Amino acid sequence: MIYENTFTANTQLKVSPFFERTSKLNESQEWRRWSGYLAATSYELTHENEYFAIRTKAGLLDITPLKKYIVEGPDSQQVLDRLVTRNIGICKIGQVMYTPWCDENGKVIDDGTVQRLSENKFRITSAEPNLEWIESNSIGMNVVVKDDSFTTAALALQGPNSRSILNSISSKSLDSLKFFWMMETTFEDIPVSISRTGYTGDLGYEIWMDPNDALNVWDLLIDKGNPFGITPTGLHALDVARIEAGLILLDVDYISSRHALIESRKSSPYELGLGWAVKMKKENFIGKQSLLKELNHKSGWSFVGIEIEWPEFENHYRNVGLAPGLPSTAWRTSTPLYNQNEQVGYATSGTWSPILKRYIALAHIKSKYAEEGSELKFELKVEHFRKLTKATVVKTPFFDPERKRSCPT
Amino acid sequence: MPNIKKYDAIVIGGGHNGLTAAAYLGRAGKKVLVLERRHVLGGAAVTEEVFPGFKFSVCSYVVSLMKSNVMRELMLPKFGLELLPLESTMTPLENDYLLRTADSDQTYREIARHSKKDAENYMRFGPAMGQIGMAVRPILETIAPNPIRPSFSDISATKKILDHVKSLSSQQFEYLTKLMTMSSADFLDEWFEYEPLKATMSASGIIGTFMGPRSPGSAYVMLHHYMGDIDGAFRAWGFQRGGTGAVSMAIARSAKHFGVKIMTEASVNKVIVKSGRATGVVLDNGDEYNSNIVISGLDPKLTFLKMIDEIDLPSDFVSAIKNFRIRGSSGKVNLALDALPNFTCLPGDGHHLRGAISISPSYDHLEKAYDDAKYGNFSEAPFMDIILPSVLDPDMAPPGKHVMSCFVQYAPYDINGGWDDQKRENFGDAVINTISRYAPNIKDIILHRQVLTPADLESTFGLTEGNIFHGELTLQQLFSLRPAVKWADYTTPIKNYFQCGSGTHPGGGITGSPGEMAAKKILGTL
Repeated sequence: MIYENTFTANTQLKVSPFFERTSKLNESQEWRRWSGYLAATSYELTHENEYFAIRTKAGLLDITPLKKYIVEGPDSQQVLDRLVTRNIGICKIGQVMYTPWCDENGKVIDDGTVQRLSENKFRITSAEPNLEWIESNSIGMNVVVKDDSFTTAALALQGPNSRSILNSISSKSLDSLKFFWMMETTFEDIPVSISRTGYTGDLGYEIWMDPNDALNVWDLLIDKGNPFGITPTGLHALDVARIEAGLILLDVDYISSRHALIESRKSSPYELGLGWAVKMKKENFIGKQSLLKELNHKSGWSFVGIEIEWPEFENHYRNVGLAPGLPSTAWRTSTPLYNQNEQVGYATSGTWSPILKRYIALAHIKSKYAEEGSELKFELKVEHFRKLTKATVVKTPFFDPERKRSCPT
Repeated sequence: MPNIKKYDAIVIGGGHNGLTAAAYLGRAGKKVLVLERRHVLGGAAVTEEVFPGFKFSVCSYVVSLMKSNVMRELMLPKFGLELLPLESTMTPLENDYLLRTADSDQTYREIARHSKKDAENYMRFGPAMGQIGMAVRPILETIAPNPIRPSFSDISATKKILDHVKSLSSQQFEYLTKLMTMSSADFLDEWFEYEPLKATMSASGIIGTFMGPRSPGSAYVMLHHYMGDIDGAFRAWGFQRGGTGAVSMAIARSAKHFGVKIMTEASVNKVIVKSGRATGVVLDNGDEYNSNIVISGLDPKLTFLKMIDEIDLPSDFVSAIKNFRIRGSSGKVNLALDALPNFTCLPGDGHHLRGAISISPSYDHLEKAYDDAKYGNFSEAPFMDIILPSVLDPDMAPPGKHVMSCFVQYAPYDINGGWDDQKRENFGDAVINTISRYAPNIKDIILHRQVLTPADLESTFGLTEGNIFHGELTLQQLFSLRPAVKWADYTTPIKNYFQCGSGTHPGGGITGSPGEMAAKKILGTL
């Protein structure tokens, strides 16, 4: 007898509106949990081909599990401007801004994008639920906050061929759509919004649509994208790409200040390398006073890119008679970093970069040791024994192709 | 640009090794000029749009042996090196197939379908070869010592290698000895029983060599193909985005970044030798360029017998170079396709088209193909190593169209009666007929076909006798004997004249290694 789950409470994992397609394509049947959804880890048995699709063709990712909120009403700009650290006042209609947002102590709660859909309508995306946070900070304001998480489905199409694919489907050309801008268009008769955004640091787009249109959009993309190498892509490949792009991930590279049990687990935008997104010229925003203080006293911690230097790394393995043991997927284990004998930081995620041929990681380092070019020691386990190997603080993004921002001329 | 006519170094030939040597010398602050005969750079690692919209890796077509320190030191990823995984090998058969993929469980199950014993041994074979590769690597990465009149550094290199050999386990030593001496067929028979598996694996022992899988010595060539690693994974093959020419272009960009001047359509006629010393080169058009040293990236025959007058070389050296075996054995057929080939054994599109497709159903197939060549004919039913670059990189062909690269063996350079247009077409037909046995739609989807015989490889790419490795990778012409005893350390009997092509240690393939080690040797002597 086949066991059937007859439990039907509303607490079960959700599947995205693309699941009917993605579940059949997922050869590995490996899924990860993402905001209560099943999300493909990798569609094939190994993620390599999907990774290279992002970097050389186009990877298609189901990003429906992102949290999405619509903030609408005459005061929406004012509400958002107070909520996040970027200056929403200068965000034009059709523009998108990446931004963190903080608590009153200037510690980061979450990070995501703000899309200005019209004069008085915005969409916020985030990693974690933020409805309550947005609502509680708009009391008395003339706005309506709506959870859009289940009412909008989304796909990311990332990679150098993504524009050609979309141009072959979209009723309007994407040639003049600039980095971090969005547009409304149609795929045949289906209305979609396309933002030139993503989590890969490559040329790429995110497509926002009514969940009822999800399967039609998916089918169109796969069909028209095939000659351009479109490849359904899972989270393993995305994780490598986002580290190469130097993009942080909540709960991996930092902990939301709303969940941190102890103070030291919290990070300010400055401590996450997001100082550029804190606009002190704004009249007021949540956390401003604390951040102003931090700015004047210099942050104790910095967030940097490091490169684990190859020759010494390789020697550690050669000494025990092995070829260099590179991680096959991106890792998320906190790994100590030393200066001399003192631990001065920790790497939170890292990966071998197949495109750069460099072993890279993102790390929290005490600011004193965080300058570009600083030499550190990275803790490595070789055949069960701990070794220290040379690592250097380097600029992020590690990978930053010109096509990410450029438009065809 | 001012026409500087005095350089620290001139490199003859803008192939990937010549460019690598130039880049290393430029990186060390030298004023370097690279002179390439053709209008494109890359030598045999070249991408050309032979048919409008279709890009062919005309000659060399995969990358596995590119040294990681070369990539790093010349910053090649920054300059365009992008290696895509070529993760599977399919051997189509008349009514079946053998498909090995990147997933070891899947590969186990697939081989076990044919032989459980082989499936288990296969899991051991890769790691064992990887360890041998590790064991041999230090030898490959050492400038070959001169055993006749050893210098101090030769002695220390010899000692390093002997110490290393002593450190091998007895099993590694056994495998290594066998690989150095046996035929690939005999060696593989010790491991496996399923014929298509053995034949396909043995094929890497005959590539670029005028030998069959049953010829002693072919096992070493197989090992040579195991020594490359990509990202630390041995025996990993890669496809360069944009074709192998893009590897050469990445190296060329790196060289230019380091201040190297590169001229194309600059065909060197002779090296100028004055009192046993190279002082520059003279081009076909009569232009002269002077330099402190001259480096040849050409094969040993051209490097010595064409570029230098025999009178300037020791006679025993001349005869050694004349005896250097460089018999071309392979041809290349590049196809522009209207659609994907449809294999009877595995119809339709799928992962099996993303890797290598090997026409190697049995030892007999390969050996008979060799027999044809032994007696002066091209193989009626050749061995082929096929890839579909456009499946890996759609930019290689217009959307929905494809390119197919067929490395074909055997096609002897010394074909009976010599190569002519008719024979070239007949050879192309034999290739297409062989493919059509496995993918019958092939004849209907060909938009354009480019057939390159060894004679074409010679005339187009300057590969003497069409040998893709600048000389066979057989034991008597490896290491301290490549290309000739006493002159395996990139020096030559002519002072200030050096060599850096695949005809020097450690040999052929897109490795950058001869170019790198030659440059390091040169920088050590300057």
